[in-house]
Formats: sequence, structure tokens, C-alpha cells
Amino acid sequence: MILEALSNAFGPSGCEDQVCQIVIDAIKDHVDEYRIDHLGNVIAFRKGTANPGFKVMVAAHMDEVGFMITHADESGMLHFVKVGGIDDRTLPAKVVRIGAKRMPGVLVSKPVHLTLRNERNKVIPSDQLVIDVGATSRAEAEKLFTKGEYAVFDTAFEEWGELVKGKAFDDRVGCAVLVELVARGPYPFDFYPVFTTMEEVGLRGARVAGYSVMPDAAFVLEGTICDDGPKDKDLSPTTEVGKGPAISVMDRSVIADRRLVRLALETAEAEGIPYQFKQPGKGGTDAGAIHLAQTGVPTVPISVPSRYIHSPVSVLGKSDFDNTVRLMVSTLQRLTPDVVAERD
Amino acid sequence: MKETIRKLVETFGPSGYEHQVSALIKQEIADLADEVRTDTLGNLIALKKGDGTGKKIMLSAHMDEIGVIVSYVDEKGFLRINPIGGVRTLYEVMGRVLFEDGTVGVIGVEKLDKPDQIPPMDKLYVDVGATSRQDCPVKLGDVGCFWQPMVEVGDYLTAKAMDDRIGCAVLVQAMRDLESTPHDVYFVFSTQEEVGLRGAMTSAYGIKPDLGVAVDVTLSGDTPEPVVKMATALGKGPAIKVKDGGMLATPWVKDWMVKTAEANDIPYQLEVLVGGTTDARAIQTTQAGIPTGCLSIPCRYVHSPSETVGYQDVLNGVRLMVAMLSGPVEM
Amino acid sequence: MEVTPFLKALSEASGVSGYEDEVRGVVQGTFAALADQVRTDAMGNLIALKRGSGSQEPRRRIMLAGHMDEIGLIVTVIEKGFLRFTQVGGFDVRTLMGQQVVVHGRRELPGVIGCRPPHVLSREERNKPVPMEELFIDVGLPKGELEKVVQVGDLITLRRPFTELQNGLVSGKAFDDRAAVAAIAVCLDALQTLQHKWDVFAVATVQEEVGLRGALTSTYGIAPDAGIAIDVGFASQPGVSESHSIELNKGPALAFGPNIHPLMFEELKRVAEEFEIPVQVEVAPGGTGTDANAMQITREGIPTALLSIPLRNMHTPVETLSVKDVTRTGRLLATFIASLEPDFDLAWKPRTEQEGEGA
Repeated sequence: MILEALSNAFGPSGCEDQVCQIVIDAIKDHVDEYRIDHLGNVIAFRKGTANPGFKVMVAAHMDEVGFMITHADESGMLHFVKVGGIDDRTLPAKVVRIGAKRMPGVLVSKPVHLTLRNERNKVIPSDQLVIDVGATSRAEAEKLFTKGEYAVFDTAFEEWGELVKGKAFDDRVGCAVLVELVARGPYPFDFYPVFTTMEEVGLRGARVAGYSVMPDAAFVLEGTICDDGPKDKDLSPTTEVGKGPAISVMDRSVIADRRLVRLALETAEAEGIPYQFKQPGKGGTDAGAIHLAQTGVPTVPISVPSRYIHSPVSVLGKSDFDNTVRLMVSTLQRLTPDVVAERD
Repeated sequence: MKETIRKLVETFGPSGYEHQVSALIKQEIADLADEVRTDTLGNLIALKKGDGTGKKIMLSAHMDEIGVIVSYVDEKGFLRINPIGGVRTLYEVMGRVLFEDGTVGVIGVEKLDKPDQIPPMDKLYVDVGATSRQDCPVKLGDVGCFWQPMVEVGDYLTAKAMDDRIGCAVLVQAMRDLESTPHDVYFVFSTQEEVGLRGAMTSAYGIKPDLGVAVDVTLSGDTPEPVVKMATALGKGPAIKVKDGGMLATPWVKDWMVKTAEANDIPYQLEVLVGGTTDARAIQTTQAGIPTGCLSIPCRYVHSPSETVGYQDVLNGVRLMVAMLSGPVEM
Repeated sequence: MEVTPFLKALSEASGVSGYEDEVRGVVQGTFAALADQVRTDAMGNLIALKRGSGSQEPRRRIMLAGHMDEIGLIVTVIEKGFLRFTQVGGFDVRTLMGQQVVVHGRRELPGVIGCRPPHVLSREERNKPVPMEELFIDVGLPKGELEKVVQVGDLITLRRPFTELQNGLVSGKAFDDRAAVAAIAVCLDALQTLQHKWDVFAVATVQEEVGLRGALTSTYGIAPDAGIAIDVGFASQPGVSESHSIELNKGPALAFGPNIHPLMFEELKRVAEEFEIPVQVEVAPGGTGTDANAMQITREGIPTALLSIPLRNMHTPVETLSVKDVTRTGRLLATFIASLEPDFDLAWKPRTEQEGEGA
């Protein structure tokens, strides 16, 4: 699956090049043209079978959370800063891959035998963690990296029956869905598939891509929060694996356009595609930037439920992936200008 | 003007769901504008044309109020909620929520870890009298506003959503009272201010005015032990904003507003608001920049169901707006 | 040009975010002689254009941005005979107690941020910083007099004369970011005798400290082909970790990270090496808190770089830097601009594994 190559690819915010290359190779034969803009966004175009001039953008972000190496200390340990919102509690004792050579390093963790009981209930802030690459001195370490070198979690993609596991499903699953959508075009409108950069550090790519494409409607594909594990209280799981694509009505960054939500909903019902609503109010996506471009763009986020995002290992369901592709293809095929023409 | 205010504040309209407010305002301003349209984000834009000798002015008051969205319906039919905009649980617990279809719920709270603690949002729930998920009339994604009817307390009016239906009322009344203007005036009733000034951003981009003025509430410092000391008080007139948490009013616009008030004997006060901001922040950085100011109505208990303004301040606010629009803009 | 006197004049001028008139006058005085055209836009940004010599029209445009606004305070309430205030921009409130200020009312009034004497306070009280709402300013006037001269909304600046320390270090207020404005002047001065093909838009921006607001609008208005923001960076000092700091007197830092266009970074680095201008690298893992942030995401996106002048004690009246670093920054800008060919290719090329993605 293209998801495997995308998930394994190296692509923290600001360094999405490898993902960019995979995406371009996957879509270039299915689009009329593509270009890369000044923030590294891949903006492609395929003419529609109908409604010329009616522009629809579908976006997914290429970047993942990661790290940048800042300096080495005198014992040869590497210090770093985080790129994007990583939960510090997922860091101790994990493995990372650094730079172009994918040099492995381990996040150092004090043996439990030597930690005091009251130490063990405190979270270690990331600026107190270090990465060991096996160097024995500052001089030796400094030969192995350049200042600002990027790093990502070291997690290999695997299929676990109906589920798959890998890193960066937020948002490589969105990219994978978008690649599938491109392969199944054309659509009855001018189609702009956009693979954005730097979502994790403030929706930066999406903001300029939205401005320059200025579509009449937009969909944002995400790998979203899925909190369906066991809990003490009867609380919302946000989304659940196996229940289908998640439609967002509202999150912290956008209030989805009701007409597009209705279109997705009606399509799912008509085609018998399972779907769920994402718990409103949580999280933010590229939709937050795109819907505010210029005079405003009707936008809706549609997501594949992904457990454990922003941690080293994420998990999602194959059926959710397939149903998200089905829902998107059918919804796009039904998207005509009058869906977004009149404000209700 | 009190009836207009009552109708506006008592209408349902949390951010993203302003259509009822929009419909009401469209009725109220029928025959007062040369052109009326609704844009992509639902902003209601009414243009009153001038005689061609003035500027292109955008005024903005937001139609949306803070509210809640149902995030979960539990097995017993109790609702969990997430906030829409800046909701303070302290102000809403044990109050009422009104849903779009008219269902009313009570905001209850679970036992707290510490009895004196301010309840966090996830300890709140809404009780609509259901007994199970199946018989609950409200579902995931439904939206509600906090509910109180408007009441007059002396010269004061108290209601939910004074923020910013009072601003909308000021603009509607100004449209009624404005006899002539040299300017092309865009009266924008904006959406989604409470969740990030979103309507103002996109409507200002589309209009690209020469000058912008928002009309919104501001806090007052005239109650016992206020959270932040402020010179603003009810009864001292509308406030002319110098600075708030998100922007500094363009000095010459602020000065022009002051001169206009003084020339027309309208009481006013100068305002520095420490926390909070308005549509003016979004308008000011549109495209290559727009000179922008803000006319504020002092308000007690902002973001509670009992927002309280002084009626005379509102009337003087209308007078100031009309005076500003009636003559040339002094740069 | 003489950097130190210009930096002194900039530092001592007042220009709190939103009220930059006085410092704009100082900037204009110098920029006007070094540019073909100077104008002020709707927000108050000062935009100086120095045309390039390239003959093909339209010439490509590079925008330089350094912000001239400083953090300051603003009057909120007049209470008894004293002034309550809040901040314009981000202060560490612990630096304010006992600080001398200037209140810009109908006339300029010297004053001090007063504090209750430690003798009357409990040990607990003495061990806690006083929150801003409990501080007040004393200008020595009785209430009646005070109300005639000062009103709610008047601006307050910190009163701190420029001071020269050892080793070419200087200390004063508002080096964040007027040191950058001085560096831009050094650059424009060098360009009087260096040929350059691109048009240069040198902008002293406003309202950076309250949300990069001048940069957003000036970038939109100019629509440059590339931009370089110049700001200050955290110089190593007690309490600041190595992950977050650069060094004084080692030249400007080139920021590296998502906010920075990789080709701009590479080219600045190459020029610095070729012309032996000392530079360092500053790791920036997200949107920087500088005008570079606003510039990069304006319109369709602008290839952007950020130079940081090392600075100690940021956002206090005793900001400290090395004048040599200001000069080096100006020289690097001028040399870079002079080397820009009309066809300098900024098109994004995905870096392959062989070429390496790191700095």
C-alpha cells in the first residue's frame, strides 16, 4: 500500500522532501500539471469533466512531528528541540533516525532501579532529555550531525490483520487517501489536490496554498484523534476504529461548512458507507487556514481515525481507510456548484 | 430601541449558527440599505451608498454569541459539551442552555476533586430530562446558547448575548437614524467573532475599505473588586478604544472619533482593555493594512448570561456613530 | 557610517507599538539619504526603496524588515495621584519595580514605577513578584494636576539612556529591534557603492511586538520575491540553555527550520563564507516569533530568511549587544543583495537523500 511508503518516509515539518518525492511519483501520471510553491507545498491540477471554473481543493499534509538537533554536550550526547506537538511522556527510551543518513539514536532513560519513587511520577520535560548515537565526546559527535539536523521516530510500518501500525499516520493516511483520489479522477470540477507542508507548526503551508488556489470548496483529509481505548468514565472516544471515516462538524480551528457536511452525510447514507462524527471541539487541521483564505472558502475535514497520533506509533483500520476513499470519491462525484452556491 | 435590542439578544445564534440572527436583522433593515448580501462565511453585508465624495467605510458588529456543542450523549441521556468561544464554567454552572429546536437543558456539575475548585468543562453535563441515549432529543453535534430573557434594571439592560447583539442594535439604529452620508458605508453583521474573528477577516478582505470601525462591548471597572482595574464605567458614555488585548486603534481614527464626540457634545470615555479583542483586530491587518478603530459599549458581566449595559450609553453610541458617518473623515 | 550614534538615537527615541512616530522620524532621517524613495503606509511602516540597476523590468524585489516598535506600557486608570498601567508587548514584570519611565501625556513626564518599601511587608510578600495590576507609576503630581496632563490610554516608555560597556558592548532599551534597523542602515549605506540588480525595499516595520502586524501588511503591499527579516536572538547568558542560545560577538545567526526557505539559507551561508563574515546557526523548529513568520505566509508564500543579532537580557531596559555584530549583519545583507542575479532561482527543489536535508 502507498501508505507503507508514505508512513516510512522521513518528513518532519520543514523537511518533507522525501514524502514530496513519493507523492509526486504517485500522482504525476494522473494530473495535468503540478508545481511546488515557496513553502514546499505540492499543488496539482486536473481539469474536470464538467463545470469548468468550479474549483475544488482537497488537501492533506505531508509533515510529521519530529526533532531538530541543536548541539552536542561534552559526553557526546545530542540535545534537541521538538518540531510540532509531541507529548513528552512518549519520549523516554524511544529510538529516532537522524538526518539524511538516517543515523539511529536512542533517547536516554535512567534505569528504574536508580530512580526514586517520587521521581517516577514526574514527567521529564523534553529539554532535559538527550539522544545517544554512540559518540564518546563532543568532538566525535559534532562530526556526525550538522546544527539543526532533523530527526523522526524510528517506527516501521506493519500490517496487523485488519489494522496497520506505523509512524506519522497523522497525516500520511490523509496523503494516501488523496493519492487514491487522484488515481480515481477525473471529477466533475477543476480538481486541485494539494499536499501541504508545515501543518504541525501552525498550518503554514495550507495558509499560502489556500490563498493561491482560492477554491470554491475544500476538503481536508486527516488522520485524526481516536481515543477508543478503555477508560474509567463513560466519555467520548472522539472517533473509533472500524466505524468509518469521521466527518468533522466543528473543531478548534474551523466550523465546517454545513452544506458540505450535509453532502458527505447524504452520500454516506445513499451509498451505505459507514461513517461517524468526530467529537466536536477537539484538535485543529489545515481547514483552519484554508477556510479563511481571502473572502472565505467552504471547507470540511474528513478523517481516518488513528490511535496514538503524535506519539512514536500509530494504529488505524484498513476498512476505515477504504471507506474514507469510497466516501470521498462518491462525495466528490456529487459535488456541483449549486451545493455551495446559496447560503442557507 | 429597547424592543430591537430585546429581539436581537433573545435570538439563538452561537458562532457558526447565526442564521436566525441574520434573518432577523435582514427584516429590521429592509428598505434601509441600497444592497444587501450574505458572503461565504455567512456575514450579512448591507451597503448604504454615499454621495460619492467620501470614503469606503466598513462597520462591523458580530452576530454570534458564545455557546456549546454537544460532544457526547451518554448512556443515561446526559450530554457532554465542548465550548464554542470563550466560555467560563464559573458563569454558566446551574444555568440553562437553549438548543436550536427549543429544547432547554440545565447545566449540572459532577463532584469536584476540591470543593472550592472552579469546575473544568469536562465535569459539566447538560440535563434535558432524558432517561437514555435513545430517548434524548438532542444529539452529537447539536449546538446550544446560554439562556436568559432580557430584563430592564433601572436604566440598565441585562441579557445574554449583549456581546455583541448590542453592537448589532447600534448599527441597525444608526442605519435608521442616518439621514445622509458622503461615504459608502458597509454595515457588516459578522459571524464567528467569538472563535477567532473569522467573519471579520474574510468580509474585510472582500470589501477592502479605506477605514474600519468595529462596534463591540468592553468591560467596565465599576463593580466591587473587579478582576482587572479599568477606568471604564456604565453611564459615562460609549467608550473609544485606545487598546485591547489584540490591537491598538489607529491613532488618527481614535482622535477623529474623540473630536467628533466633543464637537457634538456626546459623552465618551477612553478605553484600554487588558484581555479580549474585537473584529477591529482582524480588519486592521487586512491586505496592506486598514486604519481601524472601535466604538465600545461598556458592559458588566461579559460572557455570562446577564451581560449588563447602560441604555443611555447605547443611545449615545448610536449618536456618535451617526455623527461620525454624517460628515467627512478627518485624517 | 557611524553605527553607534545612530543606534543610540534609535534606542533613546520613543516608539511603543502603535505609536512609533518619534522613532520613525529618526529612521526616516537616515534612510531618506540612502534610498530613492521613502513612504509611510497605512499602518505606519516606513518603506524605503532603493532601486536596483538591472535593466529588465520589472526588477525582482527583496524586502528587508526590522521592527522599530518597542515594548512599553499604557495608562489604564488614574488612581489617587498615581497611574495604573498594563503592558504593550511582553514584559517580565519582575524587571519593572523601581524602573524609571517617561509618561507621554500632554507633555512628557518623568516618573518611576513605585513599590511598597520592604520594611512594611511580610516575609511572604517580599518573596513574591508584584503582579502588574498592583504596580503604579508616580510622576510626583497631585491628582488634580495629574488629570490635566495625563489620560487613560497615554503611552509610557522605559527611561534608560544608552550605555557603553567594555569590549564594544553597548546596553540600552529597544535594541529589540532597533539594532536591526541600524543593521539595515549599514546595508543601505554599503549599497551606495555596491551594484545590485534587484530592487531593495528596506522596511522599518511597526507593531511587531503585538503580533507582527506591520510585517503582515507591509509584505502584502510590497509583494516581494524574497524577504529577509532581521531580529535579535538570545545570546548566551546565565539561565539560558545552550539549546536556545547563540553567542555574542560571533556575528549574526542564520535561522534554520520550517520558517526559513532552504535556498535562502544556503545562499546566505555561502556568501558569508565567501566574504569571510562570521555567522552562526540558530535552530528554529516552528514559526519564529519575528517578522519572518508573517513574511513567509503572506499571499502565495514568500521565500524568507531570518538573521538574528545576538542580544542579552531581551525585553529589559538593559538589552546588551556587540556593535560589531550589527555591522557584520549589515555587511552580510549588502553583500548578499549585491550578489543576487536577476535569475537567482528560488524554485523549490526537493532535496534528495544524497544531497542531504540538514543544515
